[in-house]
Amino acid sequence: MAASGLARLRDGLRGLSRGLEEFYVAPYRRTMARARRDEEDLFMMLVLSEALGIPNPASGATLELLPEMLDRMHDWHIRQGMKDLPIEGLSCC
Amino acid sequence: MDGINSLVLAVIGVAMMAAGYFLYSKFLSKKVYRLNVDFRTPSHEFNDGVDFVPTNKYVLWGHHFTSVAGAAPIIGPAVAVIWGWLPAFIWVVFGTVFLAGMHDLGALWASARNKGQSIGTLSGRYIGARGRNLFLAVIFLLLLMVVAAFAVVISGLLVAQPGAVIPTWGALIVAVCVGQAIYRFRMNLMVVSLVGVAALYALIVIGDRYPIELPDPVLGMNPQGFWIVLLFVYAAVASILPVWVLLQPRDYINGIQLFIGLGILYGSVMIATPTVVAPAWNENVPADTPSIVPLLFVTVACGAISGAHGVIASGTTSKQLDRESDARFVGYFGAVGEGLLALGAILATTAGFQSLQDWEAVYDSFSSGGVPVFVEGGGAIMNAGLGIPAGLSATILATMAVLFAATTMDTCMRLKRFVIQEIGQLAGIRLGTVVSTLLATGLGLALTFSQGGDGSGGLLIWPLFGTTNQLMAALTLVILTIMLMRKGRPFLPVLIPGLFVLVMSAWAAFVQLGTFFRDGEWLLLSIDVAIIVAAAWVLVEAVIAMSRARHLPREPEDEEALTEAEKLPSRER
Repeated sequence: MAASGLARLRDGLRGLSRGLEEFYVAPYRRTMARARRDEEDLFMMLVLSEALGIPNPASGATLELLPEMLDRMHDWHIRQGMKDLPIEGLSCC
Repeated sequence: MDGINSLVLAVIGVAMMAAGYFLYSKFLSKKVYRLNVDFRTPSHEFNDGVDFVPTNKYVLWGHHFTSVAGAAPIIGPAVAVIWGWLPAFIWVVFGTVFLAGMHDLGALWASARNKGQSIGTLSGRYIGARGRNLFLAVIFLLLLMVVAAFAVVISGLLVAQPGAVIPTWGALIVAVCVGQAIYRFRMNLMVVSLVGVAALYALIVIGDRYPIELPDPVLGMNPQGFWIVLLFVYAAVASILPVWVLLQPRDYINGIQLFIGLGILYGSVMIATPTVVAPAWNENVPADTPSIVPLLFVTVACGAISGAHGVIASGTTSKQLDRESDARFVGYFGAVGEGLLALGAILATTAGFQSLQDWEAVYDSFSSGGVPVFVEGGGAIMNAGLGIPAGLSATILATMAVLFAATTMDTCMRLKRFVIQEIGQLAGIRLGTVVSTLLATGLGLALTFSQGGDGSGGLLIWPLFGTTNQLMAALTLVILTIMLMRKGRPFLPVLIPGLFVLVMSAWAAFVQLGTFFRDGEWLLLSIDVAIIVAAAWVLVEAVIAMSRARHLPREPEDEEALTEAEKLPSRER
């Protein structure tokens, strides 16, 4: 009896805690997602900086990242208002 | 003369709002909006884990309610009781039941039925291309005024209750710490919340013991003017900081505070059961009090009906609605929550005084009502009910009101920045974050000081804010009426309140035109003219759109139109 009451209390607390978390996070989900995207956009620009005409001493390292970033490139160049990718011979749409 | 007991008033008010929720909102959801539990809501259709997320209805109600409720449902009633407690009581209770609840529920429904689009987009869709511009114009006016009005309210409180100075600014440090604890150290939210709230109340006790009164003048300004400048600097900085640093933890703690505050207020009324000393109808109003009709209906906006709710309901809440039928609880009961706060403000400002003479001494002018009276009266009731010393009680309430108002202020500053950037884009000018924030701050400061922001003008701008807010509500109700007409459903429960609100706000705008002209308030006069133009515009567009809607073929109901793909699997029980 006491044990089941305790378990119920723990479940209730867990539910309350989940609700509180949602209450904390939900109103700002959109702002956070946008901030994360802005950060990624900046990173993408760094990776593609050579192609954009910005000298990049670490281009060897960023070049290696290109295949990793390929999936996200299309959305990125659309967001930046570029018709196509800045890399010659590489087109995604 | 013995007045009515405040407990009786509270019980009647709460019972009527409860009846509104159980009976009228049921009628609305069954006959008017026809909420369908099987309808696939935008949160499921477009679930992206960011904007569109199906959310538990209690949690959704929690953040819908805390985003709509704040200082506004306290300020309005605290001014409006000058006409006596009965008119304010009737307008708040009937407004909540027949207008606010219907409006908020309707906005939620309209948005959920239109892919979670906002009222701005819906006005474009149902009224036409001009509808969207109209919406932009009204919301710009609204944001402009809310920032100025709240800056005056907060600075007035900081001067009237110097004990609130330390907790007001200390709350920022608490919020920053909460943000760090959660994002950097990933601590348990429940523990952090408890510690955060405890820290806030510790600050209140410290602030009460060490009140901070500014010397006069400070840096060439009077104290109130100084606080206003400081508030704008704060709001400008807060609006451009990453939200997780300050705004998010602040909103959260404030949300919790709202529940604590409501609990304390109603708890004290139940224990202390003070007598309402204010007259039911005040025959003896101060000479500068405007006529009750139409001014009552714009003085109390939030708490009776408020267009801002529609913007919030359709902007974010509708995208998280799990089942369409949850809209009844989230939308209508959200409005009931705000009505309760407004009712609490009425009780505090009419029953928190010893005698009618005391009350009349406080309400000696139309501009002397407001939050400081709520703090004073509410503090007295808390003292009688819970035994908390009167000074500390007042500090608690003052801090609460300041925090509500400040949260609204910085959020609105952020929104105003976006609107200014959007307007700039329409004009072909690209405005950066800093420039647009400076513009928003400058506009707000100019408006605040132009109406005697040092406190001399009191809350001149308040009824104007209410008018704009009601205009926004009328616009939303017009859109709802058009939607209902096209579906061939009963639309009078929406149209009649909509017309009422539109007429009252236009009438109030005309009345205020005379006042501003007489007092030579040219800036407020031009804003008022803009509001009248907007009101006429709403009316014209409404008539055009409604007569068009009558000739369109009727849209089919769910039973015929809803395909299997547009349905949700039945709820597991």
